[in-house]
Amino acid sequence: MSPSKSNPTAAANGGTIIDATGTRTEVIQSPVTTITDKPRRLVSASDGPDIAFRWIARGSGTIVVTVMLLVGLFLAYQGFQALHVAGPSFITEQSWDPNSGKFGIAAVLAGTAFIALTAISFALPLSLGTALYISEYAPAKIKNALVTIVDLMAAVPSVVYGLWGLFFLSPNVLPVSQWISTYLGWIPIFAVDGFDQNDPLSSPTAFAASTFIAGIVVALMVAPITSSIMREVFTQAPLGEREGALALGATKWGMISSVVLPFGRGGIIGGTMLGLGRALGETIAVFLIISPVFVIQPHILEKGANSISALIALRYNEASKFEISALMAAGLSLFVITLIVNFIASTIIGRSRSGNETT
Amino acid sequence: MTTVLDKRSTPPASAVTRGTQETPRTWIPPETMPPASEPRRSTATIRTVDVIRLLGSAFAAIGFTAWLFFYALPLQGVIGFVVVAYVIFLLLFGILTAFDENGQTVRDRIVAVFVNSLAFLMLLALFSVVVYTVGRGVGPLGNLNFFTQDMSNAGPLDPLTRGGVIHAVLGTLIMITIALAISIPLGLLTAVFLSEFPGRYARFVRTVVEAMTALPSIVAGLFIYATIIVFLGFNRSGFAASLAITVMMLPIIIRSADVVLRLVPGNLKEAARALGASTWRTVWTVTLPTARSGLTTAIILGTARGIGETSPVLLTAGATTFLNVNPLSGPMTSLPLTTFTFVKSPENNMIARGFGTAAVLMVLVLVLFALARAIGGRGPGQLSTRQQRARARQSRDDGYRYRARALGVPTSAVRRANPRSLPAAAATRSGAGVADSAAVGLTVATIAPVSPAVAEATAQQTRAARTLRRRLSEWRLLPKPSAAINRFRRSSKAPQGSPEPGPNSTPPAPDTSGPTRKDPDA
Repeated sequence: MSPSKSNPTAAANGGTIIDATGTRTEVIQSPVTTITDKPRRLVSASDGPDIAFRWIARGSGTIVVTVMLLVGLFLAYQGFQALHVAGPSFITEQSWDPNSGKFGIAAVLAGTAFIALTAISFALPLSLGTALYISEYAPAKIKNALVTIVDLMAAVPSVVYGLWGLFFLSPNVLPVSQWISTYLGWIPIFAVDGFDQNDPLSSPTAFAASTFIAGIVVALMVAPITSSIMREVFTQAPLGEREGALALGATKWGMISSVVLPFGRGGIIGGTMLGLGRALGETIAVFLIISPVFVIQPHILEKGANSISALIALRYNEASKFEISALMAAGLSLFVITLIVNFIASTIIGRSRSGNETT
Repeated sequence: MTTVLDKRSTPPASAVTRGTQETPRTWIPPETMPPASEPRRSTATIRTVDVIRLLGSAFAAIGFTAWLFFYALPLQGVIGFVVVAYVIFLLLFGILTAFDENGQTVRDRIVAVFVNSLAFLMLLALFSVVVYTVGRGVGPLGNLNFFTQDMSNAGPLDPLTRGGVIHAVLGTLIMITIALAISIPLGLLTAVFLSEFPGRYARFVRTVVEAMTALPSIVAGLFIYATIIVFLGFNRSGFAASLAITVMMLPIIIRSADVVLRLVPGNLKEAARALGASTWRTVWTVTLPTARSGLTTAIILGTARGIGETSPVLLTAGATTFLNVNPLSGPMTSLPLTTFTFVKSPENNMIARGFGTAAVLMVLVLVLFALARAIGGRGPGQLSTRQQRARARQSRDDGYRYRARALGVPTSAVRRANPRSLPAAAATRSGAGVADSAAVGLTVATIAPVSPAVAEATAQQTRAARTLRRRLSEWRLLPKPSAAINRFRRSSKAPQGSPEPGPNSTPPAPDTSGPTRKDPDA
């Protein structure tokens, strides 16, 4: 058997298959009948660097997951120590004095919720309008610039928003607060104690440092995130359905309300809830603006508000170990609430028709 | 079929005698008058009448509100004026439109105006935040000492010509550098793990990471404070603050990097695997370079978040007024934290310094953001002009190398024989195509020269494409071939651009990049 007669296929196989010589002789004796075409293994063997890479990647994932779980478990462990001392009164108690064993998150939790809800009620129309404008109304030339500006707004540090709210917004909003409380004061949340419209001595500072002002500032911080999620979803509304609505004679708003908004419902709800999650955790802007009180303050226009994150920023310094545990418990409850809100948000986005494609 | 189309002159007669004899059921009436020339419809989206209505109702609203505020009702305040004027404006605009239009149109116009003004309000808010902060920070920013000194020698009552924020600037840079040194390798490796080694464990890691993006930043700070400072007994330091920033930033970076990596077109990776590359080679030479712009964006945006965050630093760094460049010992401060401590003071100069610091911080963040936009505006696999040129040059050099190997001469000889006159313009036609050919170039040395049959098939395809192109241009769906196709032909006469060697020059790499979706989270 000379080398020139050897089958090129068999020679090529000889390079890869281990028992090459045996195969080659068989092929040359009777090429047609004895080729056994075994199915290839779909999984290729890994070489050394590959195995090392796999383990390094897996290891870094493990490190990250360990750190994250450590944060969560440490929070839970510390928090439960304090919870054990406080018992069920942790939910109902309004004051915060861990050293006497009398502490609870009723006031700060309610304050957090009030600030976040105020923020969302401003941020929702603002971001919905901006998202609709960018996706539907804006001229094509400025669309990209607008998207960039809105994203930029999300990148502005929160302390800058806090400064703006404290020094610029707060003095300008006072007359509005006063007006609302004067004419809409019969609605319980707009009522303000300690301010009488007819008393010339009463000062409008009764409206400063309120939940309302903090809520507006947080709304501005939340609106860009919410808006960019909504815009993303609106722009994915199918062109065929849009054109169908227009061809049937719908006005632009008719098209939006019958095609774009139903399509983007998941994005609207999910984006709003993501914004809510961000609003719940906001610290420094709120801390700069409010003057902390430890009672449930449902009058959003009145001076004095609180939130869990502001409580931590206020009380962490010079705290004993047990006080830290108590703060950890408060932080844990904030984390759990944010987690639930975010989880619901991503579920809603994922399940909606528009979210199916975005993942 | 009883349709008569050619008897145009007779149908009335047959119509009269309908029923008595066989009549055509469809007929065309004679053209008694010439077709009226239809007026051209305006497709402009801005209608003159709307503009007139808008201006009219705006003037009326302002006047009416001024009357209300100054004569009729005891109202005051700028914001109140604007709000009342706006409500009146909307009402008047609606009424004006309702004079001429039906209800649906009125609703459409009012909503359009409302949406426009909401977007305007949002932009106005951002503008006012930026302008107000910079405007009040101009005082200290004008003094050079603000950037060269720290606050150790300047008290609250000192003028703005003393003291500065160099300690905060350096502190921020040191902290973010340490945080990035930890979170970039860890974050990118974890993101690669999530996208390249899918399985139950990766899913678990992803769930945990996504849950941790919900962690409020102050809780991250509190965790580091409680573990490092209270329990382990270290002092507050820049390093502790970096760790707090890392804990906060890591989930953000991992999540957005994971999204970017999942957008890398599968066919690129499959091409590399089909050529025999291992997982590691695929990730290193295909996945990561393809997603480079997106990954950079993810990191820069995470950095912007980390720099701007106050609360973790507040708990762990310990504010200081003097310059400290050692992150391991002694308190350190950062720009947001310094802003925060400045504005807590009642003194006007300190507040002005606070605004100046905030302006510096904002400029830093905006520069980072602009950088992220400039780098990451493109999807994975889409290259900038410069990158395209680099890829083309690289693949041309590869071509020289292969030809030199085939001919058995040094590469420089082949390079000399092929002047740089036509630098592979055809390959740069589409960036994604170049990315593909680069992926193919990975192990292309092992490929045999393209067989004549394949070359013939591709040539046939090219011919078919040209025919189609000519047809389309005949139907006016494409520009005339004279300009477009000639340019295409000229540029495709550069066979050096393709990485394949030998006489079997293949056409430019087909544009087979998968549907590169827009990055939803960048």
